[in-house]
Amino acid sequence: MKSRRLRLLGFLCVLVVAGCGHQQKRAQEGASTGPAQPVNSATSGTISGKVTLSGAPPTLRPINMGTDPNCQAAHPDPVKPEEVVTGPNGALANVVVYIKSGLGNYSFVAPKAPVVLDQKGCMYEPHVLGLMVGQPMEVKNDDPTTHNVHAMPSDDSGWNKSQPPGAAPIEQTFDHPELAIPIQCNIHPWMKSYAFVFANPYFAVTPSTGTFELKGVPPGTYTIEAWQGKYGAQDQTVTLGARGSKQISFTFEAGSGAD
Amino acid sequence: MASEQNRWLYRFSVITSLSIVLLLIAGGLVTSNNAGDSVPDWPLAYHHLIPPHLIGGIRFEYGHRVVAGLVAVLTLILAVWIQAREKRPLAWKLGWTALGLVVAQAVLGGIRVLDGYPAITATAHAILAQIFFLTVVGLTIYLSPWWRRDLELHQDASSPSVRSLTAWTTAVIFVQLILGACFRHGALGIMPHMIGAAAVAVMVVWAGRAVKKRFGAIRQLRTGVALLHSFFGVQILLGGAAYWAVLAAADDAQPTFTYVSLTVAHVLFGALLFASSLLLTLLCFRVTRPAHSTAAEPVSASPQKASV
Repeated sequence: MKSRRLRLLGFLCVLVVAGCGHQQKRAQEGASTGPAQPVNSATSGTISGKVTLSGAPPTLRPINMGTDPNCQAAHPDPVKPEEVVTGPNGALANVVVYIKSGLGNYSFVAPKAPVVLDQKGCMYEPHVLGLMVGQPMEVKNDDPTTHNVHAMPSDDSGWNKSQPPGAAPIEQTFDHPELAIPIQCNIHPWMKSYAFVFANPYFAVTPSTGTFELKGVPPGTYTIEAWQGKYGAQDQTVTLGARGSKQISFTFEAGSGAD
Repeated sequence: MASEQNRWLYRFSVITSLSIVLLLIAGGLVTSNNAGDSVPDWPLAYHHLIPPHLIGGIRFEYGHRVVAGLVAVLTLILAVWIQAREKRPLAWKLGWTALGLVVAQAVLGGIRVLDGYPAITATAHAILAQIFFLTVVGLTIYLSPWWRRDLELHQDASSPSVRSLTAWTTAVIFVQLILGACFRHGALGIMPHMIGAAAVAVMVVWAGRAVKKRFGAIRQLRTGVALLHSFFGVQILLGGAAYWAVLAAADDAQPTFTYVSLTVAHVLFGALLFASSLLLTLLCFRVTRPAHSTAAEPVSASPQKASV
C-alpha cells in the first residue's frame, strides 16, 4: 500500500515537472566589477542602423471592435493589429534594439520625464515602448469609453486599474529591468502593448522608417539585440572604439516566427 | 404527501445542478475571452452594483457574477429546504457543504479579481467549481426517487471491484481537470494534461467494460456506462479541437468565435464527464457489493443504508 502511494506520488511529480516551463525575461545587464561610474561623454560613440523585413508581411485579420460602439465609431475603416508594421522599402517598425550584454559597470540616472502610453481609438499608442528603471510611465485615456490598464511584469507585482473617460493619467514605475512586459485592456482584448524596462539608456524602438540610434555608448564590445514580437530576437556583436560610430542592420524573415 | 415533497425537492436539486452547468459555461466564457480582469473591483463593479457600461469583456465578467449570484441563492434555498424536509443526515451535510463551497467560490473569485496571480487564484477557482458541481450532482442523485428505493445488491466477485474501478476513474478525471485548469490559467504546460488524458482513457475504458461485462443486465448501470463513454468520446474530440484552436489563435489579435466555442465546450464536457463518472460510481456503490465484503449489508438497501 505504501509503495503504491509512493508510485502515485512519483507519477504526479513527473506530470508536474514535465509541464513546467517558465521563461525568464530579464533584460541582460553588464557584469558589475567595482563601483559604478558615469559614462565619459568625451569617449562615447554611436551605434545606429536599420531593421527591415525580408519578404511579404503577413496578412493580418482586421480587428473586430463591435463589442464597444465607441471603439467602432472611432474607426470607419478596418483597423489591423500592430504585430507587424512595415514602412517604405521593407522597413520594420516596433522593433526594440538594445544592448544585451557587454556594458561595464556604469551608473545611469533615469529621466524624470514620463514615457506616455496613450489609449486612442481603442488602440495603444505606442504599441511598444522603452523606458528605464524608475522612469515614470504615464497612461492616458483619450477615448470616450472605459479601459482597464493591466500590466503583467513577471518580476514586479502586476497592477490592474480602471480608467474611465476623462480620468486622470495613471502614473507607474517599474523597479526591475524586464523585456516585453505585456500591458493589456481586458475590456477590449485586442488592445495590447509591450513595455521594455532597462537599467541603462541604450535602447530604441524603431519607427516606420525602421531606423534606430543608440547614442552616448562607451567604448567596448557589445551584443546588440533586436526584438520583434512575431519574429523573435536577433543578436549581433559590435565593437565600438572611443568616439566611434558603427552601423549595423537587422533583417527579419517574413516566413519565420509563429506563422 | 411526503413523497411528493421529496420529488419537488429532487426537481429543485436538478434545477440547481443545471444552473451550475450554466455557471461553468459563464466562467469558461470569462477565461476564453480574456475578460477575467475587465472589472478591477469586487464585490462591486466599477463602484456600482451594476456597472455603468456593459461593454466588451465586462459583459462576460459581470454576467458570470450574476449567474454565480443566482446559483448561490438556489444553493441556499436547497440547503434550507433539505434541512427542513429531509430525514437523512447525509443530505443535510451535503446541502450545507454545497452552500459552504459556493460561498468559498465567491470569496475565491473576489481574491482572483483583487489580488490577481491568475496562475494560482484562477486555477483554484476553476478546481473548486468542479468540486462544487460534483457535490450538488451527488446530492441530486442522493435525493432522487431511484436512490430511495429498495434495491437488490448484486455481488461483484471480480477484482478490482466495479466500485473501486469507477471510484478511481472519477479520481483520475478529477486530477485531469486540475491539470486542464493549470494549463488554461498558465500554471503548467500542456504535457501533463495530455498524459492525464491517456490515463483517463485507460480508466474510462477499463471501468466501462468491467461494468458492462459483469452487470450488463442492470439497465441503470448500462445507461451509466453509455453516458460515461459518450461524454468521454466527445471530450477527446473537443480536446484535440480546443488545442488546435489554442495554437491557431497564437497570432490572433483577439479571441475568435471558434477559439471561444471550442475551449468553453471542452471545459463544459470535462465537467459533464466528471459528473457522469460520479453517477456511475454512485450507481455501482448503490447496487453492487464486492464479494469480499464481510459487513452485514442487507440485500434490500434501506434509506439508512443508502447513506453509506
